Amino acid sequence: MSKNGKEGSYGGSSMERLYNGLVKENPTFVLMLGMCPTLAVTTSAMNGLGMGLTTMVVLALSNMIISLLRGIIPDKVRIPAFIVVIASFVTMVELLLEGFLPALYDALGLYIPLIVVNCIILGRAEAYASKNPVIPSLFDGIGMGLGFSFALTCIGAVRELIGAGEIFGLHIMPDSYVPCAIFIMAPGAFFVLAALTAIQNKIRINGEKKGRDMSKIQSGCNEDCMNCGEKGCSHRFYGASGSPEKESGNGRRGKNAQAVNADGKGRE
Amino acid sequence: MSDLMKVSSNPHVRSKVTTSSIMLAVVIALLPAAGFGIYNFGLDALILIVVTVATTVCTEYAYGKLMNRKTTIGDYSAVVTGLLLALNLPSSAPWWIGVIGGVFAILVVKMLFGGLGQNFMNPALAARCFLLVSFTSIMTNFDCDTYTGATPLAALKSGEGVDILKMVVGRTSGTIGETSMIAIVIGACFLVLLGVIDLRIPGSYIVTFVLFLCLFGGHGVDVAFISAHLAGGGLMLGAFFMATDYVTRPITKAGQYVFGILLGILTGIFRIFGPSAEGVSYAIIIGNLLVPLIEKATLPKAFGFKGGKRA
Repeated sequence: MSKNGKEGSYGGSSMERLYNGLVKENPTFVLMLGMCPTLAVTTSAMNGLGMGLTTMVVLALSNMIISLLRGIIPDKVRIPAFIVVIASFVTMVELLLEGFLPALYDALGLYIPLIVVNCIILGRAEAYASKNPVIPSLFDGIGMGLGFSFALTCIGAVRELIGAGEIFGLHIMPDSYVPCAIFIMAPGAFFVLAALTAIQNKIRINGEKKGRDMSKIQSGCNEDCMNCGEKGCSHRFYGASGSPEKESGNGRRGKNAQAVNADGKGRE
Repeated sequence: MSDLMKVSSNPHVRSKVTTSSIMLAVVIALLPAAGFGIYNFGLDALILIVVTVATTVCTEYAYGKLMNRKTTIGDYSAVVTGLLLALNLPSSAPWWIGVIGGVFAILVVKMLFGGLGQNFMNPALAARCFLLVSFTSIMTNFDCDTYTGATPLAALKSGEGVDILKMVVGRTSGTIGETSMIAIVIGACFLVLLGVIDLRIPGSYIVTFVLFLCLFGGHGVDVAFISAHLAGGGLMLGAFFMATDYVTRPITKAGQYVFGILLGILTGIFRIFGPSAEGVSYAIIIGNLLVPLIEKATLPKAFGFKGGKRA
């Protein structure tokens, strides 16, 4: 593979990974990953924050371990291997929560074991941790986890404020305020998520107008377009640089994806 | 040179019927029901109607201004939405219910999807359901100066007797515009005579609903029970004014019958088997969501085609 294939060449510094996870590639508002817990548990700011931090712990630790094991895990069984690692951490976190924070454990309920199949964690393992060194992977996990926590807390706070007149259980609306109950029910999650995503897009568009670089960092691109779910990525159609030379490479990739996979593994 | 010799691109014949003339006709047709509501419930109802209509119109105007689009309040569709929403509110509701409902109807349901003609469900009904879920106690409190106690439908559900004559005239409790069957039918006749609506959807809706009541209502063919169900609740208002909304009904003729039958069955299920006494608004909203499917299934065949193949 070409220039992007080199380890860490697109990893950037730890701070950049944090910024990327929180803002540029915010898993909820930008990547639209992990929608199930996002919509289901954000009935209050506390639940959102709890879910976000739980996920962050699992994400950071599993990213670290998967990055350590990236040379050992065979390519063909990488998904089961990732899931074993993630599930181990989820089990630990679940037991810890049950022991020390039973209230949060009860509130999150089924969604704690479901962290195992959270597509943010699996996505970061596949797209980043399995190709990058340990330290950037750890910070990528922390950054993504912070972004997820931030998003869930925002959604939870707005829903709790409108739906119950409270934030983090503190009554802040005047007594005459009549709570709009739909916001702590399922439809409210969709309303709030849509509105916050719209605001986030507005900020991005405004930033682009002012000439700031708001594009995503191509953190996970291994030029393996056949197995990449990134929508709106121009590599898929035009090659990495858009040059004719690259396009011919594209054709090869299309025909012999398997061969390129093996090639991609060989770079490590 | 005579008109016949003019060369121009189509359309060659222009109808005088425009969006605003149709919407204006609907507004006029709703006036009897609104007027009776004000007579029945007093000043509260008038204030609520004015607040709601003003909110919908202002929201649409503000959205047009903010988005730098041509303002669309001139087609009166916002007035129709506001009026329909207000007629679906109980008169005891505070004024801000009308404001929240109006903003939700226009901003979320209509304008965010692209404005008139693009909304996938009836804005007034969507707003009513939004309010019903959000503020259940306010939206189901029909106590006011004139009436206390259950609506006729709720009384019917719990097995009490109801005065059908009062229900037909409209001297009962309920939302502002739904109580008087006579006032609604007068408005509906006006629309049918003008050709704004036809009887395909309301007819199949009401006939299906009656058949459903006969089969599953538990009273057999009981005229008193059936007429009480027809006169009570939002059935008439829904069948004539909301199910027939141009944007959210099927285009095909066969599809309109299917739509009406579907609404009749859904309303019957909600009213007879559901926990609450009323179900017209949910039935119409679910029907709205199925409209693309109905239209696809009832697409008329092109001339010369038989069973999908050229004959």
